[in-house]
Amino acid sequence: MRIFHYWRALSGIVSREVWRFLYQRERFIAALVRPLVWLFVFAAGFRSTLGIAITPPYETYILYEVYITPGLLGMIQLFNGMQSSLSMVYDREMGSMRILMVAPLPRGFLLMAKLVAGTFVSILQAYAFLGIAWLYGIQPPLDGLLWVFPALVLSGMMLGALGLLLSSFIKQLENFAGVMNFVIFPMFFMSTALYPLWKIKESSEWLYWVAQYNPFSQAVELIRFALYGQLNQYALVYTGAAFVIFMLLAILGYNPSKGMMMRKGRG
Amino acid sequence: MLKHVAGILGLLLAVNAVADTVYVTLEKDNALAVVDGEAGTLIKTMTVGQRPRGILLSKDGSQLYVATSDDDTIKILDAETLTEIGQLPSGEDPETFAQSPDGTLLYVSNEDDNQVTVIDIKQRKVVARIPVGVEPEAVAVSPDNKWVASASETTNMVHWIDPESHQVVANTLVDPRPRGASFSADGKQLWVTSEMAGSLMIIDVVSKKIIKKLTLSIPTVSEDKIEPVGVVIDAAQQWAYVAMGPANRVAVINAQTLEVEKFLLVGQRVWHLAFSPDQKRLYTTNGVSNDISIIDLDTHKVIKSVAVGRYPWGVVSRP
Repeated sequence: MRIFHYWRALSGIVSREVWRFLYQRERFIAALVRPLVWLFVFAAGFRSTLGIAITPPYETYILYEVYITPGLLGMIQLFNGMQSSLSMVYDREMGSMRILMVAPLPRGFLLMAKLVAGTFVSILQAYAFLGIAWLYGIQPPLDGLLWVFPALVLSGMMLGALGLLLSSFIKQLENFAGVMNFVIFPMFFMSTALYPLWKIKESSEWLYWVAQYNPFSQAVELIRFALYGQLNQYALVYTGAAFVIFMLLAILGYNPSKGMMMRKGRG
Repeated sequence: MLKHVAGILGLLLAVNAVADTVYVTLEKDNALAVVDGEAGTLIKTMTVGQRPRGILLSKDGSQLYVATSDDDTIKILDAETLTEIGQLPSGEDPETFAQSPDGTLLYVSNEDDNQVTVIDIKQRKVVARIPVGVEPEAVAVSPDNKWVASASETTNMVHWIDPESHQVVANTLVDPRPRGASFSADGKQLWVTSEMAGSLMIIDVVSKKIIKKLTLSIPTVSEDKIEPVGVVIDAAQQWAYVAMGPANRVAVINAQTLEVEKFLLVGQRVWHLAFSPDQKRLYTTNGVSNDISIIDLDTHKVIKSVAVGRYPWGVVSRP
C-alpha cells in the first residue's frame, strides 16, 4: 500500500464532502442562517446584559453579540459534526458506505478522512460566518482570525468524532431527531456558548458543574481565546483528550467484528 | 536566552511607543490612581485629600492641580514626585475648574455659592469672584483667551465671562442641567452637554447662538439612562467624544459634519474624558464600575478597562 492510495482516498472523500456541501446550496445557507439568526435576533435582544464584569480573554466591556460569537462558531461545528453523522447513516442506508468500507485501507484512516472532510466544510462555514459578523461590527483582532484556524480544526475534529461515534449507534435516519434533542440542544445550552461560567453559577450550581465539564464548552473557550490571539491550555488539552476518546470509540464502533454495527445487525 | 531577547524586544517597543502617565482622582477612596496609559496597568494609588474630583495638568506639565472638594481647596502636586507643594484658595466645595491658556489663572466653579472664583496660581491668591447662575459646574476658557464660559446646572445657561473685566457679558440659554463644556481648538465653537435632555449643543462663539443640537439616543438603551457629561474635541477638530453617563457609552462625533458616528461601550456611569498627549488614546472615568476605559483613537475601539479604585471622577494624562 503506497502513500498515494491514502492520498487518493483522502482527497476523494474530502472533495465529495465539499462538493456535496457546495451543491446543496440550501444547506450552505441553512448552515449560515442558523447562527446569524442567533446573532441578529437573540443576541440583539440581550445587547446590554453583559458588560458587568470583565472575564479573560476580554480586556474591556463587550456587547453580548461579541460574547456569543465564539459560541456560534462552536454551534456551526456542532451542527456540522451531527450533519456528517447523519450523512453516514444515510450512506449506510443507501449502500454507498459499503463502497467506502471495502476500500483496501485501514478503517481508522477512512473514518479519519471522513472527519477531515467534515471539519474542512465546517471551517468554510465558520469563516463565512465570521465575515458576516465582521460587517455587522464584530471585529476581533486580525491575528485572531488566523489563530482561530487551528482552534477550529481541533474543535471541528472533536465534534466530528462525536458525530461519528453517534452515527455508529444510529441505525435509521429517523432517529436523527433524537440526536437533535438529546445531544445538540443540551450540549449547546449547557455550555459557555451563551453565558459565561460565572453567570451560570449565579443561577444554578449543578448547571455550572455540567457546563464546566461539557466538552463543547471547552471547544468554545478554545475558539474564544484563539480569536483574541490567546491560548487557553486547559481547553486545548480537554478538547484534544475528548477528540482522542471519541475517535477511538468511533473506530471501535465501526469495527464489524466488535462494534455496534454487528450488534445492530443482530438486533 | 529567550528571556533576554524578549526583554530587549520589550525595551525597543517601549522606546518606540509614546508612553504617558494617566492620573485619576478617586472620589470615594480620597486617592489618586496612577496608570501607565500605554500598557494599561495601574502603577499605584496614593491618598491625596478628601473627595478629590477635578484634576488638571499645568501648562508646562510640571504640576497637577487636584480639587479636593471636602477639604475646600485645590492642591498643587509636583507631577514627578506627586508630593504636595501647595494649596490654592478655591472657595467652598471646588469640583471643576479650567486653566487660562497661558497657565497663570484658574477658574473654579463654586456650586454652592453660585460664583466662579478666579485664582492667580503663582500668587496663590483669589483675583476675583464672579457671580453667575445657580449651581455653576462646567467651565472652559477659549484657546484665544477671549472668553471664559461657565455653565450653571439650575439656571440652564452658559454665562460668557470677559477675562479682562471679569464680568458676565452675555448668556446663552441651553438644555436643562448642562454638565460639560469644551471649546474647539480654533476657538470658534463651544460644545455643551445637557444631562437631563440627553443632548449636545454646539454654540457659535461669535453669535453665542446654538447652531446645532444633537439629541443623543441609542436604540438599545432606555432614554432616561442617556445623561451626557464630559465632552472633548481633538486638536485637529476631526472628532469629538461625549461621555454618556449611565448609558455606559462614549459617543464618537464627527466634528466636521457634526453627526454621531458610533457609540463605544465602556464601564458604568462614564463622566469625564481625557486625551493622551499625542491624542492617540482617550481615557474615560467610569464611576460605578470603578475603572477607566482606554480607547484607541485610530481604530475607535475600546482596548482595555483598568480597575483603579472607588468612584473614579477626573482624569488627566501627562507625557
